[in-house]
Amino acid sequence: MPTDTLRDWSNTGLARRLGAPRIPVLRRYSPGQPLLDGGPALVTAVGGGRFAEPIAALVVEAGATVVTEAGDDKLAAVVLDLTDATTLADLAAAQQILTPAVRKLAPSGRLLLLGPVSGVIGYSQYSHSRGAEGAAVAQALDGLVRSIGKELRAGATANLLVVDPDAAPATVDSTVRFFLSARSAYVDGQVVHLGAPAGEPVDPTGMDDPVDPVRPLAGRVAVVTGAARGIGAAIADTLARDGATMVAVDIPAAGEGLAAVANRTGGTALQLDITAPDAASRLLSFLRERFGRVDLVVHNAGITRDKLLANMDDDRWNSVLAVNLGAQLTINEALLAAPDLLGANARIVCVSSQSGIAGNRGQTNYAASKAGIIGMVRALAPRFAEHGATINAVAPGFIETEMTAKMPVGTREAGRRVNSLRQGGLPVDVAETIGWLGQASSGAVNGQVVRVCGQSMLGA
Amino acid sequence: MPARRAAVIGGNRIPFARANKRYARASNLDMLTATLDGLVARYGLSGERLGEVVAGAVLKHSRDFNLTREAVLGSKLSPATPAYDIQQACGTGLEATIAVANKIALGQVESGVAGGVDTASDAPIAVNEDLRKVLVALNSARSLGDRVKLVGKLRPGQIVPEIPRNAEPRTGLSMGEHAAITAKEWGIGRTEQDELAAASHRNLAAAYERGFFDDLVTPYLGLTRDDNLRPDSNVEALAKLKPVFGRGEDATMTAGNSTPLTDGAALVLLGSDEWAAAHRLPVLAHVVDAETAAVDYVHGRDGLLTAPVFAVPRLLERVGMSLQDFDFYEIHEAFASTVLSTMKAWEDPAFAKERLGLDVPPGAIDRSRLNVTGSSLAAGHPFAATGGRIVATLAKLLHEKGPGSRGLISICAAGGQGVVAILEGA
Repeated sequence: MPTDTLRDWSNTGLARRLGAPRIPVLRRYSPGQPLLDGGPALVTAVGGGRFAEPIAALVVEAGATVVTEAGDDKLAAVVLDLTDATTLADLAAAQQILTPAVRKLAPSGRLLLLGPVSGVIGYSQYSHSRGAEGAAVAQALDGLVRSIGKELRAGATANLLVVDPDAAPATVDSTVRFFLSARSAYVDGQVVHLGAPAGEPVDPTGMDDPVDPVRPLAGRVAVVTGAARGIGAAIADTLARDGATMVAVDIPAAGEGLAAVANRTGGTALQLDITAPDAASRLLSFLRERFGRVDLVVHNAGITRDKLLANMDDDRWNSVLAVNLGAQLTINEALLAAPDLLGANARIVCVSSQSGIAGNRGQTNYAASKAGIIGMVRALAPRFAEHGATINAVAPGFIETEMTAKMPVGTREAGRRVNSLRQGGLPVDVAETIGWLGQASSGAVNGQVVRVCGQSMLGA
Repeated sequence: MPARRAAVIGGNRIPFARANKRYARASNLDMLTATLDGLVARYGLSGERLGEVVAGAVLKHSRDFNLTREAVLGSKLSPATPAYDIQQACGTGLEATIAVANKIALGQVESGVAGGVDTASDAPIAVNEDLRKVLVALNSARSLGDRVKLVGKLRPGQIVPEIPRNAEPRTGLSMGEHAAITAKEWGIGRTEQDELAAASHRNLAAAYERGFFDDLVTPYLGLTRDDNLRPDSNVEALAKLKPVFGRGEDATMTAGNSTPLTDGAALVLLGSDEWAAAHRLPVLAHVVDAETAAVDYVHGRDGLLTAPVFAVPRLLERVGMSLQDFDFYEIHEAFASTVLSTMKAWEDPAFAKERLGLDVPPGAIDRSRLNVTGSSLAAGHPFAATGGRIVATLAKLLHEKGPGSRGLISICAAGGQGVVAILEGA
């Protein structure tokens, strides 16, 4: 993996004296780490808000202190519940709270807004009689949070959770926990919609056997395609760390790396070309025989065959579409046709790409496949919900991998810096996001596309 | 009858590589450990304690004295898994399988891994025998005078090292030369040998193409398929090769219809049905029975590689089956001529009467059931690894065919030995 020399230099004494802009070192998750670090969390609401109180309780339970207004202390997080905000006066009240709060936000601090649904988001459609002003206020939060993300410094992030009016407070817990924690280090400027949870609502606080926050995937069988190296291997490592039983899948030719990943995660290797005509049936019968079910499928396998469209040949086009999109479509249909194999609260996570959102020169085939994933996820979300399952996409931005290490320095530097965190993300940042979406308790998130891009300016 | 039959759960091998090529720098221990780790990954056995691991190598360094146990310690298996080495030349892998299967049948272990590894590249080269004697004496010499005297015995000629030869110690003939004698005796022609070799390549290539080896092979050192495999091999091309074994007009054995020196490793996972079920692992086949025979190729009239000719009828008689009762035959292709002379011997009424003591010869086998996914001529033959390759391959074929299907394995080995076994599909 390439080292970010500029970031390292920007943190030296010399760079500080010269007044060079500092590129933050992001706080990242390690097991046993406290949810928040660097001060208390400010948790409050405007105009009622039924989430502020349970979130405050969650934060306290996680060992942090909660304040209701900004004081002299640095704040590790700011959570503002605006789900009942309907008027411009409510919006002004939010500004009153946020302005002093962002001044106090600690390095790698978290700003999390909860807002109401304004219209069509994801696959759910609401036509509430919020009135024009209410809809305007809801939508205003979108612009607000994206701007805050661009203003924050020192690795702090800002994200917005748009919550359905009928969502029970506990359904947002796993999402709030993710966005407050260091697991969401490179997720910035995102708007995530939380609806009525698919499947059995899982309330960690109400369960006899509460989900262990250190091993939130314990007991879950997780499949990761393209797991032999790169981001796929990081996903396998991360899911296994969080307690999942790993099934690592990759093409037979990648079997050597695949075996290493399977063995270090205590999992199982399945050598399978996912574009083979019988791949879906082979995968499903393998899962049926060896585990009897599957709880999490991560469609990560992907290839690039870059060429300008003018020079594109059929093989480049077809192979990229077959691996990146066709195989996912086939396997997803097979999963839907075998609901008995889907564990309670099954989760599908598809790896899309920033290229699929912003487009990229020389990547018509790749971008088409990755954008296609987004369309697929939205179309399949209600169908998976019928089985208590969800399907979501993560769209990585510039992630430091072997592939980016081979890029020319200029291109790599440009790719790294054009985001609010002014650095590339790590494979583990993508993996952590998938881990959150893969939890049984994340059923309220369905049909969503979450970018892991440090709030990239590309395609935003 | 044993109380229970051992189940073949699956296997793993690394692609076989021609000697001094892709695995030139890999040791037996490297290859065996990688193969074991591939097996562990395929069956999710990381940290698992197995009953035992039994494997061996034909060409061994002195440092390889506890090879299999060292491989276990270097693998992801629980270090509480015991292991031991065996060696029976090319029969090693199958004999190891029989050893583990027998312990499972007796209830002494519930699970085990069997197989072998060999490198013809990283071969043990020993010091010259004369030099070795001087050095051993020097080591035990007590006085300076003795040492000086011994140092005086060192000669320039002693620098020539001892290199392992592919020759029988008691005859000085290479295995190929022995096989050529048997081929001539049975009148095995050049064309039929080339046809068998071409079929081996064709079958192995087709099996790779249909993904048959996806769960039998794990790539190693960047090699993803056996590099001896020539998918476009044909009789015409093979006919152009010059004979390398035998002499004169009768010489029919070429580099194309003989196996090359090869590096590689192969292992099989065995267990009781109960152990497999408890671990949610598939049972591909069961080990029915096995037999090992040996012939006097030194003073007697039998060929070096003809012991399976005797082992198979003995085994068939014990289990009450005929040679035609099988869906698949896996006859190790040391040389194409070995397979052909073995089959010819089984068909010969006079031989049956005189040598096998049978009124009716075992008979012919359906050639379309022989080595259907290729064998050693195409895949290569790292001596101790071949048994593991064949057992896993046959078990998968039988599983595809369905419960009750039967397969026969026949492997000839140096020293005039032969190991044969019967598997039944589950």
